[in-house]
Amino acid sequence: MPEFLQFLFSGLTIGAIYALVALGFTLIYNASDVINFAQGEFVMLGGMVTFFAAAAGVPLPLAALLAIVVAVAVGLLLHRFAIEPARGASAVTLIIITIGASILLRGVAAVVFDKNFHSFPPFAGTTPWNVGGATILPQSVIVLLGAGIIVVAMWALMSMTLIGKAMVATAANKLAAQLTGINTRAIIGLSFAVSAAIGAIGGILVTPITLTSYDVGTLLALKGFAAAMLGGMGHPFGAVVGGLIVGLLESFGAGYISSAYKDAIAFIVILAVLFFMPNGLFGKASAERV
Amino acid sequence: MRVLRLATAAAALLISATFAQAQIKIGSVLSVTGPASFLGDPEKKTLEMYVADINAKGGINGKKIELIVYDDGGDPNNARTFATRLIEQDKVDALLAGSTTATTMAIIPLAEEAGVPLINFAGAVQAVSPVKKWNFKTPHTDLMACEKIFEDMKKRNITKIAIIAGADAFGKSMRDQCMTVIGKYGIEVLHEETYQPRDNDMTAQLTNIKGKPGVQAVLNPGFGQGPAIVTRNYKQLGINVPLYHGHGVASKSFIELATPAAAEGVRLPAAALLVAEKLPDSDPQKKVVVDYKKTYEAKTGQPVSGFGGHAYDGLMILVEAMKRAGGADKAKVRDEIEKTKGFWGTGGVVNMKPDDHLGLDLSAFKMLEIKNGDWTIVN
Repeated sequence: MPEFLQFLFSGLTIGAIYALVALGFTLIYNASDVINFAQGEFVMLGGMVTFFAAAAGVPLPLAALLAIVVAVAVGLLLHRFAIEPARGASAVTLIIITIGASILLRGVAAVVFDKNFHSFPPFAGTTPWNVGGATILPQSVIVLLGAGIIVVAMWALMSMTLIGKAMVATAANKLAAQLTGINTRAIIGLSFAVSAAIGAIGGILVTPITLTSYDVGTLLALKGFAAAMLGGMGHPFGAVVGGLIVGLLESFGAGYISSAYKDAIAFIVILAVLFFMPNGLFGKASAERV
Repeated sequence: MRVLRLATAAAALLISATFAQAQIKIGSVLSVTGPASFLGDPEKKTLEMYVADINAKGGINGKKIELIVYDDGGDPNNARTFATRLIEQDKVDALLAGSTTATTMAIIPLAEEAGVPLINFAGAVQAVSPVKKWNFKTPHTDLMACEKIFEDMKKRNITKIAIIAGADAFGKSMRDQCMTVIGKYGIEVLHEETYQPRDNDMTAQLTNIKGKPGVQAVLNPGFGQGPAIVTRNYKQLGINVPLYHGHGVASKSFIELATPAAAEGVRLPAAALLVAEKLPDSDPQKKVVVDYKKTYEAKTGQPVSGFGGHAYDGLMILVEAMKRAGGADKAKVRDEIEKTKGFWGTGGVVNMKPDDHLGLDLSAFKMLEIKNGDWTIVN
């Protein structure tokens, strides 16, 4: 039983990170139909900017805030100078553009920062808590809480504010949204800004556990993308569930089956799910009228 | 016309000037950028620094060294291309090349075929065994690291261990090398786990190790940030048997990343360079490592790394051999490198033999224990 709990905690912590990345994917995909593979780079920026600002003497909370601001600025620039000029292009072209942007961001980070791994102290001490024979770090609880708060905030934004409604409208039908007077360009820009902020917050929360470096984004983007697909692309709740499932699959796979094949186990399950439910767990079947 | 003739004359003068300046050409292919830049970058800086120093002091028997460095970015294909270019176009007299095992394995056949002395800086034992005529190597092998660790375990009466290895090239290679000698020390592996190089949580694997009864110590052959996370998770789970790491994580940043509290009591084998100032004055290696450390840190402003030390050793072995050979004749230099005896480098004392192109013994390694966030030497 303690083993089971330990695998559960470990899976939930890692899963929460994937969930945040997947949520970022979902937001941008919803507003603009773009799958933004630079999403992992926002996570990297969150951790790296915080570390280097803190190392330069900025107090940690301020450094974290600065990191979010930087990530949002990068997200907006990405939209303004890479996505917006190519708005007529096909989805594949846009995806390639975001992959290019992610390589660029990684390269710039390697030069501006450095290529080493970094970490900063956890926010609530390092003494693990003992729960039923298993241990969990206070920082893991913070990551889970943070992810939960972000999801609730997102839900509130989407369903209770006018801006959120505009985002939903843009996602549902861009042309119709435009005709009702919604500035869809601004809304898509906003979706980039918000998902950059989510990524950066995720990066700040997890760095004390997972460490960060200029190239952590690639793998996170891949796992986050898998999570988003599993949950159903474009479905915020699905993204969170998908992220947690991928994290749990990895940790239970490593724990009960084989650590050598844990990534393979996770991906096999994802493939199996997508085989039977091509739109993911929560995605609606898409029907097109001809 | 006159202008043209003048220009030609000037060009000829320039060419002859460079010829008079650089009479010995040393070529180098290093992974200065890319994933292995932590190896190639200090190696390049070290070579450039010391070549300039040797030239300022009059060069080798009055001849200046011209150093040509190419960056392979960690890619064996590039390494091969650049090594070919060094041999065929630049016509170098010797090669100091290969930051990683992969790039080195691409360069060795070229040096063999062209008959150019090569000293490489690769980690794995394959980079020097079986012995090839023109190929030499300065860093300790992972096999030696294993032996050093098992020796220490034996001293502590540890006979049953668990292994958690990184699934990258380094982790795999070191794990395999360890398994070849483990029987000699009467140590038994009760359980094995692995992790992917970019994993950021190993609690699941460590929980399984914790659940195995009878495990007296855990060995983590690994590299990069993986061992730091293993160390953190180890502490989180409250596993209280000794933890051993490989030599691949022997740097100050490892303690920082693993956090000093979690790294307390962790043991690993490392080159003496890491503990330069802590060596007893009687240690014949102290002078060379302290000198190298001070020079490197003063010139680059960065903390010294063992990897730059390998390049230092390679350059010095080559320069000494060229001095003894009285020039850069490739065959003579090769023979002289093979005759290197009692050379004290940053990696230890080097005694080359025709059947041993590494020449280091286990004394080159120090067993270190992390105490209060710093290294201490275990005797």
